[in-house]
Amino acid sequence: MNLVLIATVLIVMALAYQIGLSRSRAVANGGVRLHSRPGYYGVLVALWCGLPALLLFGVWLLLQDAIIEMLVVNQLPPELAGLSEREMQALMRRIGALASGQGLAGEVEAYEIAAAQQMTRLESMGRLAMFASMAVLAVVGLVLAQRRISPQLRARNHVERVITALLALSSGVAILTTVGIVLSLLGEAVHFFSYISPAEFFFGTVWNPRFSSAGSGGQGQFGLLPLLWGTVMISVIALLVAIPLGLMTAIYMAEYAPPWLRSVAKPVIEVLAGIPTIVYGFFALIVIGPFLSGLGDLIGINIRATSALTAGLVMGIMIIPFVSSLSDDIITQVPKSLRDGALGLGATKSEMIRQVVLPAALPGIVGAFLLAASRAIGETMIVVLAAGNNPVLHANPFEAVSTITVTIVNQLTGDMDFSSPQSLVAFALGLTLFVITLGLNVIALVVVRKYRQQYE
Amino acid sequence: MTTTNLDTVDSRRRQRLDTVQRSLKSRHARERRFQGMGLFAVITALVLVTILFASILMRGVPAFWQATLYLDVHLDPEVIQVDERPVRQAAESPAQFRERELVWLNQLGMVNWNGLIDEALKAHLPGEIESRQTRDLRALVASGERFALRDRVMENPGLIGQTISVKMLASADVDVWLKGNIDRSLADSRQQLSAQTREWADYLKEQGVIRNSFSTALFLNTDSRSSPASAGLAGAFMGSLFMMLIVIALTVPLGVASAIYLEEFAPRNRLTDLIEININNLAAVPSIVFGLLGAAIFVGYLGLPLSAPLVGGLVLTLMTLPTIIIATRAALRSIPPSIRQAALGIGASRVQTVFHHVLPLALPGILTGSILGVAQALGETAPLLLIGMNAFVANVPSSPMDQATALPVQIYLWQGNELRNFFEARTSAAIIVLLGLMLSLNAVAIWLRKKFETRW
Repeated sequence: MNLVLIATVLIVMALAYQIGLSRSRAVANGGVRLHSRPGYYGVLVALWCGLPALLLFGVWLLLQDAIIEMLVVNQLPPELAGLSEREMQALMRRIGALASGQGLAGEVEAYEIAAAQQMTRLESMGRLAMFASMAVLAVVGLVLAQRRISPQLRARNHVERVITALLALSSGVAILTTVGIVLSLLGEAVHFFSYISPAEFFFGTVWNPRFSSAGSGGQGQFGLLPLLWGTVMISVIALLVAIPLGLMTAIYMAEYAPPWLRSVAKPVIEVLAGIPTIVYGFFALIVIGPFLSGLGDLIGINIRATSALTAGLVMGIMIIPFVSSLSDDIITQVPKSLRDGALGLGATKSEMIRQVVLPAALPGIVGAFLLAASRAIGETMIVVLAAGNNPVLHANPFEAVSTITVTIVNQLTGDMDFSSPQSLVAFALGLTLFVITLGLNVIALVVVRKYRQQYE
Repeated sequence: MTTTNLDTVDSRRRQRLDTVQRSLKSRHARERRFQGMGLFAVITALVLVTILFASILMRGVPAFWQATLYLDVHLDPEVIQVDERPVRQAAESPAQFRERELVWLNQLGMVNWNGLIDEALKAHLPGEIESRQTRDLRALVASGERFALRDRVMENPGLIGQTISVKMLASADVDVWLKGNIDRSLADSRQQLSAQTREWADYLKEQGVIRNSFSTALFLNTDSRSSPASAGLAGAFMGSLFMMLIVIALTVPLGVASAIYLEEFAPRNRLTDLIEININNLAAVPSIVFGLLGAAIFVGYLGLPLSAPLVGGLVLTLMTLPTIIIATRAALRSIPPSIRQAALGIGASRVQTVFHHVLPLALPGILTGSILGVAQALGETAPLLLIGMNAFVANVPSSPMDQATALPVQIYLWQGNELRNFFEARTSAAIIVLLGLMLSLNAVAIWLRKKFETRW
């Protein structure tokens, strides 16, 4: 239905384009020079004809259902006013089913039929009114625009202004996203802090949220520190794996590797970056975890299959390509003159790299490490599967831990009840996560940018 | 060594050279060590990729073939006693017809389909089978298969009275037993199947009644709780498909438009700087935060349904948008300014320059970036968990508003299934399907880049 309407509008716009085109050609045949090429007049007429109608259509769609429902509810017998919200919804669904011609099985009340008839009437009226006003808008736009066609009309400039405005609008979506993130996180987090004081949340050392449905009165304890500690522990392990491997890979690829190895190894390592994190999580769970705990048995240490070590190790593997491709970019940016200078003084290649290239590239590499750290902190699926979900403060990497991201998933999964601290805490945790990663990113970007300017 | 020359220079210089000579050996050793470390890092990364893929392939590939029973089932009219299939009468409303149809479907549902299958099985098994052994007998067949038989009769009631040959999936436990995924020497009490069923399974396998045949169920069925052997990916696949369509339809136009605006039109001022920083930061925001955004705004505030691919698609759109903007901007930036200057120089406007000259040249890069962005969205799990897409869904979604899961979420659900030794393989198979889709997307992107790559 709506698709047909949109298609109609598009066809009308195509017609309008033709009208504008032929009209401007007719004007041009009089021997005058048009300001723009005829096509632009056509597009201008089409835009005038179609855009207002489409805008109206969008607004109408947003409002129609709510307005019709309001009108129908107002017409219902007064004794129904006492219905609860849920009963009201059920009633509206029944009326909707009747109105759509689907029909209902079983008993149907007279007022329901009346309401359904009214709803059908209103819907068809609304649809007619919408058609009519869209048609009027389209025709008025068409006529007005068509009249204005004259050699002096700067059609191209008008059309281009519309295009530029549309482009600018779409770049606003990114801003809107950020605003949306900040508002939703802040809003719900503030809501959460009305149950639990921020001090209790940020400095609490015990995480024990309990279940909201128990109704036992006890609110549970929402201490962030055990989760933050688990996050940091796993991230540090991940970085301990990823930084040496990633950096050495980047150095070897940039400075030593023969072309054939480069052409094979680079895409293969990049494949690692494209693998979904759930796959890494599964890999950790079925391969790395059992392997580590077997290894622990061999050397007499008690290593749990799902532990900070397992999650950290696999997360490290995941961010190797991230570290290596960022470092690679930065290392290759170090000017050749610096390298040549070092080699000219008799340095070996590794001395050149260690004493000249790396110090020169250091800010950029630090930036890359910070970005890698922010990625590790925000990673979810690997830790959900492999970290063991044990929100307790302890310093043993062989034991299970829990992280901020895992807890967000646990607290919010499937349950959309935004009124208990048990699910609202997810937003407070999300806010913490957002602020931490944002901070790391901003520092990293500033550092990298500084470094770029230095050598450009 | 040119000792004659050395005799002529002063001793200090000789000493210095001596020091250098003596240190040379250890410096070269250090050089070799450094290079070795680099090579070690590269090889480690390659080995890790190999282990990852090998372990998943080894576990997953066998799951594409499943133990299947080839039986002749006699559809005994004595057992299947149902009325004629109802036909919709002119005066009936759809709801009334549906009610009559339900009665008929109910009759079909009450038929003892298991009994029919039992008879078919008994025909192949040696000896008399007592009724107390029925339990052992039924453990052979996947419990969902009786519904498959029912559906076949429902579609074609004319079959009643005939003997039809059917392929039936063996139960998950039988599959595990025959593939040796459970230790065959375990004591009876620790086996999933009774001794009798195990014996029968081996016997039927020997007779060729149970064969390992390609598992179409994996692709054609939806997830199933009661009958794990027939659990498939069809529902998750459709969910992912809907989401990807939404992502492509929204994120590519929006992303490309905003990239064009920022790169080609935006004035350099505070606002555009802000947008730029904002986009860079959005690209590094953890994906789970987008899930929180979706839960709070799309589900909580706008009231869109939980578990709907529409919401998932919107969340993933916002998540991929920065990636696509950044890729498109890089593609636009790689077009040399001389192209723009040439177009502007012969009188094209800025919009014309961009749309007629720059954009077509940047298209391969934009396409590559978009495909990679979509592939990333395809593999994303964490944000979908927060908007309820991890619910168990037994139907293939037919529209973006229906309940659905996605491929990576299905992997998450399956890895958590209690029937560990069956679902480990099933999960790996699902991962192979997902990775196959993602790798083919990536391959297309690489192919496009290679085919249209231009060096300026």
